[in-house]
Amino acid sequence: MIVTPKKEFLSGIRAEAPILVGVIPFGMIYGVLALSAGIPASAAQAMSAIVFAGSSQILVTQLVHQLAPSIVIILTVGVVNLRHALYSASVAPYVNKLRPLWKWILAYLLTDEAYAVTILHYQKEEGEEKEVPENNKHWFFLGAGLALWSSWQLSTAAGILLGAVVPVSWSLDFTLALTFIALVVPALKDKATLAAALSAGIVAVFSFRFPYKLGLMLAALIGILVGIILEDLARKRTRQAS
Amino acid sequence: MNTFLFKSALDSPAQLWVTLILAGLLTYGIRLSFVLLFSQREIPGWLRQALRFVPPAVLTAIIFPELLINNNTIDITFGNGRLIAGLIAILVAWKTKSAVLTIVIGMATLWLLQVVLHL
Repeated sequence: MIVTPKKEFLSGIRAEAPILVGVIPFGMIYGVLALSAGIPASAAQAMSAIVFAGSSQILVTQLVHQLAPSIVIILTVGVVNLRHALYSASVAPYVNKLRPLWKWILAYLLTDEAYAVTILHYQKEEGEEKEVPENNKHWFFLGAGLALWSSWQLSTAAGILLGAVVPVSWSLDFTLALTFIALVVPALKDKATLAAALSAGIVAVFSFRFPYKLGLMLAALIGILVGIILEDLARKRTRQAS
Repeated sequence: MNTFLFKSALDSPAQLWVTLILAGLLTYGIRLSFVLLFSQREIPGWLRQALRFVPPAVLTAIIFPELLINNNTIDITFGNGRLIAGLIAILVAWKTKSAVLTIVIGMATLWLLQVVLHL
């Protein structure tokens, strides 16, 4: 069934709405943290449009605060946002026939939150409608993406205004660790991810004095490696058992 | 170029802006990758497998030092308020899966420890 662009656009916004409840406080925390890290308000606001990826933006504020060199900041953002390559590959077949301008815009809006609702919408009528641009589902993607984008910009601004009046003694920088705990803990669903997380954490603690914050990179790489090895071992074991 | 990349982002306003723009271009490039450039290609299996472990590994590598490093040394004692508040937050995140509850209870615990016990 073909729906008009306007209807698709509006249902994209509606699908995104429940997620925004979680995104808005996150954006405010980012704004507060950016100011307390010494980033000027203009750059803090611009980062929400230029990078437009919550956890990596919060990470930038921490690295900036610890005077990490630019190259480490850029590479860390790259590593944290590598998962978007998965989303890119996953939506690619659905947007393949669209004009390049659409691809450029939708790729810019391809965040965790927009991807989550959009891919479900695309997969709803899998089959003959796949890869047909006339079905207007790209308008749903645009609606979800823009709803998230505007909430992110506005909540950043609110956080920047709030950050200017909150004193350092309130330890609001601790919300960084808490936010990441809230993201990581529910995602530790099997032994391999748990082991990846624990080994990365332990290496990070013992390498925290490494120059240029390289301990973080090392810890992440070791964690990823441990995860892969454990998963491969588990696969081999189930293969032998069967 | 070398010296530029190895300076702190707070070195000058230009340093900060260029850092942000490069980080943004890199992120945009990743999002654009399969949509625009390799739309006919699949992600290789090993990369797909590795990507799954990126968020838990990177985020935990940030969390642990935040909780365990106190005044530039490793501090695993009850005198470390951030460690206690963090452990409680981990418990809340595990039991409730609620981001809001995790942040609110974790922050409240830290404030309580700071006010009552002066940790």
